[in-house]
Amino acid sequence: MNNSSTKNGSRNAGRTIDIVNKGLKRRYRKEKRFRLYGILSIAASAAFLAFLLTSIVMNGYSAFLQTCIRLDVPIEAGMIDESNPKRSDFQGIIKSAIREYYPDVTERREKRELYSLFSSGAAYQLRNNVLDNPPEAGATLSLWVLADDDVDMLMKGHMKRDVPESERRLNDRQLRWIEKLENDDRIEKRFNTTFFTSGDSREPELAGIWGAVRGSFYTMLVTLALSFPIGIAAAVYLEEFAPKNLATDFIEVNINNLAAVPSIVFGLLGLAVFLNFFGMPRSTPLVGGIVLMLMTLPTIIIASRAALKAVPPSIREAALGVGSSKLQVVSSHVLPLALPGMLTGTIIGMAQALGETAPLLMIGMVAFIVDIPGGFTDPAAVMPVQIYLWADSPERAFVEKTSAAIMVLLGFLIAMNALAVVMRKKFERRW
Amino acid sequence: MLDVLNTTTVEKRNLAPRDSRKTIGTVNVPNPRMVCRNVNVYYGDKQAIRNVTIDIGCNEVLSMIGPSGCGKSTFLRCLNRMNDTIDNCRVEGDIIFEGNDIYDPSIDVVPLRAQVGMVFQKPNPFPKSIYENIAWAPKIHGIVESKSDADEIVETSLVKAGLWEEVKDRLDQPGTGLSGGQQQRLCIARAIAVSPEVILMDEPCSALDPIATAKIEDLIEELRSHYTIAIVTHSMQQAARVSQRTAFFHLGDLIEVGKTDDVFTKPLHQLTEDYITGRYG
Repeated sequence: MNNSSTKNGSRNAGRTIDIVNKGLKRRYRKEKRFRLYGILSIAASAAFLAFLLTSIVMNGYSAFLQTCIRLDVPIEAGMIDESNPKRSDFQGIIKSAIREYYPDVTERREKRELYSLFSSGAAYQLRNNVLDNPPEAGATLSLWVLADDDVDMLMKGHMKRDVPESERRLNDRQLRWIEKLENDDRIEKRFNTTFFTSGDSREPELAGIWGAVRGSFYTMLVTLALSFPIGIAAAVYLEEFAPKNLATDFIEVNINNLAAVPSIVFGLLGLAVFLNFFGMPRSTPLVGGIVLMLMTLPTIIIASRAALKAVPPSIREAALGVGSSKLQVVSSHVLPLALPGMLTGTIIGMAQALGETAPLLMIGMVAFIVDIPGGFTDPAAVMPVQIYLWADSPERAFVEKTSAAIMVLLGFLIAMNALAVVMRKKFERRW
Repeated sequence: MLDVLNTTTVEKRNLAPRDSRKTIGTVNVPNPRMVCRNVNVYYGDKQAIRNVTIDIGCNEVLSMIGPSGCGKSTFLRCLNRMNDTIDNCRVEGDIIFEGNDIYDPSIDVVPLRAQVGMVFQKPNPFPKSIYENIAWAPKIHGIVESKSDADEIVETSLVKAGLWEEVKDRLDQPGTGLSGGQQQRLCIARAIAVSPEVILMDEPCSALDPIATAKIEDLIEELRSHYTIAIVTHSMQQAARVSQRTAFFHLGDLIEVGKTDDVFTKPLHQLTEDYITGRYG
């Protein structure tokens, strides 16, 4: 019997190995194909990402440079109001300086065209300069003043010089004046500090991202301060303490549903509840932060609960087995193990909130706000809304500003995600 | 005693029939540490334990044996209310410890578990240092106040668990970095750090190799002088080696309980005899 079974077994084994060998090639082909699909899809997504980033950078890098014109401003006696220098007619001083450089321009209309080559911010530059170091009468200040956005576009090559006059925003006369500046080496592209230091403006050359960055910062601060403790506490209670019954099931389903609710709905809720009912100030980081908190809470709760679920139950049993209370189990053993996951979830939620536009439109953060916000109750814009506003503006110069603002926003997002990785690495227990 | 297990011929005795579900043997001991009367455990609608009545004596090792799914682990977990963590688990009957029914609503489970410690099947040290593993429980109970108290408890517990010599130079190393057998002894040290009255062990050696198992068995023998131990085991040899009394469970019923020698040499129930002679299980 033993003998025959061996014989039988070996014959069977031979057949089995034949069948296995026959199918082997097909199996490997299948695996290769599958791997190929994976590589293809990664390549495709990498290509799209590269395309996106390249197009943003190509469009936006020029916004970090700004065309400036060197203007000699002679200061004559009586031009500066001695008793109150702030009230001097800086606009007039700039205009006279321009007239002096172009002595042959006399006609009223021509003068207006000439002045329009210079930014209206030139007067403020002069004002700041004069207030910082009051010049003596008879001195000549040599200032790099901002050029108008049309000149900027021309210098950056976004406006062609060789097209018919009617198809460009600068006429032939204006081009000749610019050529004069070029020949005298009085026009050049310099680093655009305005973009990083000022708020929004109707004039593209005066518009900056700083107001929106500050607004985003205050908004994120409110969101983080509210959503992190609330989210963690809710997750810990639901996961560790709450009894499993219909009520908690209902809550769980609703939290999962909330994570999928379109964000504009949260904006409507903010409008109805916080602005109309509670009468909180509109367009402010405070309300924006609360609305974004509502939006990120489900994300944080779900991520935190997943992190808590991943803590092995044997740790909880071990702690309970030596007679600890539930709170001691959670605070000493479960939370430290779950914290890296919770932090990751929170930062991902915050990154999502940082890029959110729609709910903020509903609570008035889409308003045109020039001032840089100084607190939680000042009207403010946030970065994605600023991008939206600039993308909507007709001036050609706002196109590059839009891309540059996107670059700044992406920079913040990458920084936040890097922080999430670093935190996870730092707090993760490797034993 | 071990030879008995290998003997195939058993003298003819009058055995309780296979279908008898009544507990047979000596349930009572003089001066018991824990008294269980008519304990029933349900998981939802399913009854896992039926009418278990048994005493656990002072300074004795009670081993519980039986085929898989017979309810021995469930019963063990009743003894310090670890079953509370299972949502649909319901326990009926009386389990008396220190004169109180531990399932009485007025009983606080935290001090109960400090008095009735537990060692689990899989070694589960905290992901902290060896020192922290032992010192944490005394700290949360307020047994230790100063650093020197904690040091002392850590040392005595590790010495009692026979682990001190192996780890005294690396107390700050993670407990999870020890070998499986060391981890299990660390868990035992952790359990005795709070000086419990009773230690429950749920198959403490099932994940260990024979050498580590032998060390744990020696340890159980030593611990018996200070503690009462209830141990669930799949190994009948282990039950025979370490325990004074043995309880045999079958499909939720406590079939037979008695002195270990008697249960293994002169079982009173047909099922017990079938099980210990290896006819099923």
